Amino acid sequence: MSLIVKKVAQLITVFIFLYGIYIIVHGHLTPGGGFAGGAILAGAYILQILAFGRDPLHLKKKETGASISESISILTVLILAVVGLFIGTKVFFNNYLPSGKIGELVSAGTIPLYNILIGIEVAAALLTIFLALIIYKEEIE
Amino acid sequence: MELTISILLGFMIIGAIFAIHAKDLLSSVIAAGIVGYSLVICFLLLKAPDLAIVQIVVETITLIIMVAVVIDSTREELKVKIDTQQIINISLALIFMLVLVFFFARAIESLNPLGQHTLRMASAYVGDPAAKTGSANLVTGILFDFRGYDTLGEATILFTAAIGVLTILRIKGKK
Repeated sequence: MSLIVKKVAQLITVFIFLYGIYIIVHGHLTPGGGFAGGAILAGAYILQILAFGRDPLHLKKKETGASISESISILTVLILAVVGLFIGTKVFFNNYLPSGKIGELVSAGTIPLYNILIGIEVAAALLTIFLALIIYKEEIE
Repeated sequence: MELTISILLGFMIIGAIFAIHAKDLLSSVIAAGIVGYSLVICFLLLKAPDLAIVQIVVETITLIIMVAVVIDSTREELKVKIDTQQIINISLALIFMLVLVFFFARAIESLNPLGQHTLRMASAYVGDPAAKTGSANLVTGILFDFRGYDTLGEATILFTAAIGVLTILRIKGKK
């Protein structure tokens, strides 16, 4: 892509990324949440890849990192949910942390943790799919 | 508000019809985008901002991927000749559709009218949910507390989709 596209993408990606993180972290206070924020994060990555071209070797490394972080975050969600089986009322997906004051950033027990983990999972999954489509097309050629 | 939604629905129908009949696949993909973005405005008018955010982001990403795929292809639809085998297939499909519609209509007749479900789980969520979950956003409170299983299933579907794409698109085996 041309210099203008690259520079604008560089400047805007920062704000898209910050917005995605805001949506994820404030998921239990304002509209949004893990799924929407994760998709925005993936969009920021995709913008960078589209603007700065494709270098298959470099992308392959990124794809490995994306699939590893995706797997780790969904595993952590499961572990957090299973821990609920042993604490308090002993229910799967039990909200066992103290819920705090409604409307504050650190409140609602385990819900923000689930939000962050699901956000990472969604971002990594969408990025993995996008990278796979690019990398394996290069392999055919 | 109902008038606005009706106009938007009309736009969506026109866009969908154009997407089917367009000669160039690129314009067909962009016409399909009309459906998605009109749906975003419909969600906003119906006061569902959570869904609207998800819809606008996912729509944009899928549109980018579809445009990338179409630009790399021939940008034309495949021509299919209609012979006797095709006619038999089409008529079989029509018969199956009619049978399915008949049984679905019978099944829907036996259901309760809209708004009166046999399961009354959702009514327990509505009564002061903020005090139960501690979450100011009602939707997130339901998604990650009462309906944790649903969210886990949703995340698992994405995980499976990523694994499936990696497995199907890989040509050389991993060493």
